[in-house]
Amino acid sequence: MKKARVATIWLDGCSGCHMSFLDMDERLVELSEYMDVVYSPYVDQKEFPSDVDLTIVEGALSTDHDIEMIKKIRKNSKKILALGDCAVTGNISAMKNLFGTEAVMQKAYFDLVDHNESGKYPQEIVPTLLDKVIPLNEAVDIDYFVPGCPTPADAIYEVLKAVLEGKEINISELTRFGK
Amino acid sequence: MIESLEDLNEIAQKKLCAQGDCEDEIRVCIGSSCASLGSEDLSKEIAQKMEQEGLQKRCRVKGVGCNGLCSEAILVSHQKKGATSEDLYTNIEASQADDFIALLQNKKDLKEKLYDLQQAFFFKQKKIVLENAGYIDPNDIEDAIAHGAYQALFKVLDTMEPKDVLDEIKQSGLRGRGGGGYPTGLKWESVAKVHSDTKYIICNGDEGDPGAFMDRAVMEADPHKVLEGMSIAGFACGASQGFIYVRAEYPIAVEKLTKAIKQARKYGLLGKNIGESGFSFDIDIRLGGGAFVCGEATALIASIEGGRGNPRQKPPHLSDHGLFAQPTVLNNVETLANIAPIIQKGAEWFKNIGIPSSTGTKVFALTGHIKNTGLVEIPMGMSLRELVYDVGGGASGEKAIKAIQTGGPSGGCIPEEHLDISVDYDSLKKIGSIMGSGGLIVMDESSNMVEVARFFMDFCRSESCGKCVPCRVGTTELTDLLDKFVAKKASKSDYELLKNMCEVVKESSLCGLGQTAPNPVLSTLKYFEEEYLEGIADD
Amino acid sequence: MIKEKVRVKTFKIDGIDVTGQSNATLLEVANEHGIKIPTLCYFEGLTPAGACRMCLVEVEGSDKLIPACTAKIKEGMEVTTNSERIKSHRKMILSMIFAERTHTCSVCVSNGHCELQDQAVDLGLDHSEVPYIHKVFEIDASHKEYIYDPNRCILCTRCVRVCDEVEGAHALDILSRGIDAKIIHDMDEPWALSESCTSCGKCVHVCPTGSLFEKGVSATEMVKKKSIITNLIKTRKER
Repeated sequence: MKKARVATIWLDGCSGCHMSFLDMDERLVELSEYMDVVYSPYVDQKEFPSDVDLTIVEGALSTDHDIEMIKKIRKNSKKILALGDCAVTGNISAMKNLFGTEAVMQKAYFDLVDHNESGKYPQEIVPTLLDKVIPLNEAVDIDYFVPGCPTPADAIYEVLKAVLEGKEINISELTRFGK
Repeated sequence: MIESLEDLNEIAQKKLCAQGDCEDEIRVCIGSSCASLGSEDLSKEIAQKMEQEGLQKRCRVKGVGCNGLCSEAILVSHQKKGATSEDLYTNIEASQADDFIALLQNKKDLKEKLYDLQQAFFFKQKKIVLENAGYIDPNDIEDAIAHGAYQALFKVLDTMEPKDVLDEIKQSGLRGRGGGGYPTGLKWESVAKVHSDTKYIICNGDEGDPGAFMDRAVMEADPHKVLEGMSIAGFACGASQGFIYVRAEYPIAVEKLTKAIKQARKYGLLGKNIGESGFSFDIDIRLGGGAFVCGEATALIASIEGGRGNPRQKPPHLSDHGLFAQPTVLNNVETLANIAPIIQKGAEWFKNIGIPSSTGTKVFALTGHIKNTGLVEIPMGMSLRELVYDVGGGASGEKAIKAIQTGGPSGGCIPEEHLDISVDYDSLKKIGSIMGSGGLIVMDESSNMVEVARFFMDFCRSESCGKCVPCRVGTTELTDLLDKFVAKKASKSDYELLKNMCEVVKESSLCGLGQTAPNPVLSTLKYFEEEYLEGIADD
Repeated sequence: MIKEKVRVKTFKIDGIDVTGQSNATLLEVANEHGIKIPTLCYFEGLTPAGACRMCLVEVEGSDKLIPACTAKIKEGMEVTTNSERIKSHRKMILSMIFAERTHTCSVCVSNGHCELQDQAVDLGLDHSEVPYIHKVFEIDASHKEYIYDPNRCILCTRCVRVCDEVEGAHALDILSRGIDAKIIHDMDEPWALSESCTSCGKCVHVCPTGSLFEKGVSATEMVKKKSIITNLIKTRKER
């Protein structure tokens, strides 16, 4: 059987879900029989590949770059799995929405810094923050939602196995918002 | 004190005789549209100047309610002695008092302001509810009595039993004019048959649809018609107390009603033992704070009770658990204004107007891209096309008419090609709109239907009471979604979500506000789908 | 009004024959028979509000969905609690509740003990079907023992009702309308300044989410003692 080409990406999240992914421990070896990780923070690959079977996305969308990435991912992936509460609901990343972008920038680049010589927010290299942090499905269509903060390794394993084998699975039995 | 029909007729006769002393009558419209242009001062000034000129014996001046042609405000009509119809002068300015003095002195004519009464706007109308609007002085109960007010009440008290009244109303086929179209006779009967010492009659004057002002005009022009209808309802159902719930944004209506109630009490037409019949009925006014949701029956009742104007789940229905937990009839202003004419002239007469399933007339407030904006009363069963093109005079500008919206935020848009349908409860419902309370907005080719739907959704969003989730959150979500379509930034999934959410809000909201909020979207989706599809970005 | 004599009515819920006293609600009879209908604003012993619309059910012969918490039972009625239409409507309504304000489960005091969270699990809702609104409100931490975070409030009005109907203080009510609606103390005073609040804490314990909680608890630590209130109502009734 041909191995599935799987990508993982870390957008606006804490990387906790990627840690959880590694927490699958020896089960990763088992999974590697069914999948190749073709793009991920775990592997050295700069460009997002063009023909991915499944992309696992951690984190919410908070910048113009995130939007650009998720659109590219949608175009290049057969299926997308939203991993963890940030990707599914916005979660902690979206708590910014209670205060607004301006307040966050002020805090980060003026209130909490000792030096800001330019007296400005950074304009180059760093991406621009969106007015509102959104979960993935508010920008593109998502195929699987696996909540949790972070999603427990057991849940990731069960879901991945089911997806790779093309089986139905009840995600609510494995994880929930805030688990 | 009026103690009998004879007393009533005597007052009517006296008033008519007194009026007969004058040769002419000048009627200045003091309804809201004309009043906002200063018609009340104009009326006073004409009267004052007449006195100065010694004309007060020749002609009397009175303020009257709306005759309907609000787009041509200020309206002043001149009834010459012996003439069968009045001369109607339109677009009069508040400063033109002198012109009318000159007119009476035959020094000047106002031909350029004279309106042709032979137009369809007038002759295609059939006035029952508004029969006295534009003719009687709403401040003067005797003027109303001279024009037949309280005749029906005495007919009821002198010659009918409550059951006879119920039968007459049932037979007339009258249906609720607030929009639902529930048979009025059945509604009354369900309250009449409940045994209770205390029952209430409520008149719903919380008219709130954008662009609708039918009930305001009735309350301003002929308040006694409403009071009389309520008294008859009280007699038929066994209630002795009525409330009129009017929005505080209708100060003139409130003023006229307050005055009318006071006068009616003074003349013994409200209060204890009316006309020595043993029947007692009184009416009080309650002001609404302008919340649209308070037009919903249960919210209105909560508001009268002094609580927050939130609706509650029905059942229990008002007929056994209404105001202060007592059996209650709640009727719209226009419905109640139909009662006295039906009693007076009979159910058979009423049934001959309109069509069998929707009898009588309906008042509409025409607004939007239409020539004759204002108030019209037409027999049911007239085609929408006739209403819009003949009575309404067609499009106001160069562009053709694209659609019309009936029923306000609870109604739907009807495209031009469906304008041949008949104006009645069932036909309008069949094509996805409703009769509603009578707001009729005409839109020409320049209108974007998605924006129209968005306007109404935003209205519902800001008027939702917030009690139930689908309405509180759903109308906000739908407004945001429609924003995306207006900005042409929607996606294909947004389109699916829009349709699904409309279903959920419609089927699961607690009260009529939420249940009907998606209607403008659903009807425009049905007839103008391509405008939504244009709102979907390619990407 | 004629008081109906209490007698027993027989009808069907999801094809199962059930009986209930004629003045009972559909929800009460379903509960007695172990048939689970999801609820959020309902709280045993308080006047039903019919506000959250989670308990909507179908009754044979009518297109309308009715809330089980307020519906009186009828002889011979056939009730469906779990059709595909109801399930999908419930999911969207639940999504709306999640999307309206800011329910960040992971850092919430009620994480793991939250009725809203439980509903998501029960209905299999793994994401919100509608875009997040994140309506923002200020937190009131003025009270010496309790905190009110309106951002986690779902406007079920259990707190308003328990304060009015059980404590008898009516210190709470709703301000504003629609999406701006908010639970307030007295005339929108800070909680600590409320003159009618007795600080009894009933509102905290009936709150289904982490909107009302005790000071000093951290994420996942706030366990509500709902049985205190239900027992109180029951014993009072039996007196």
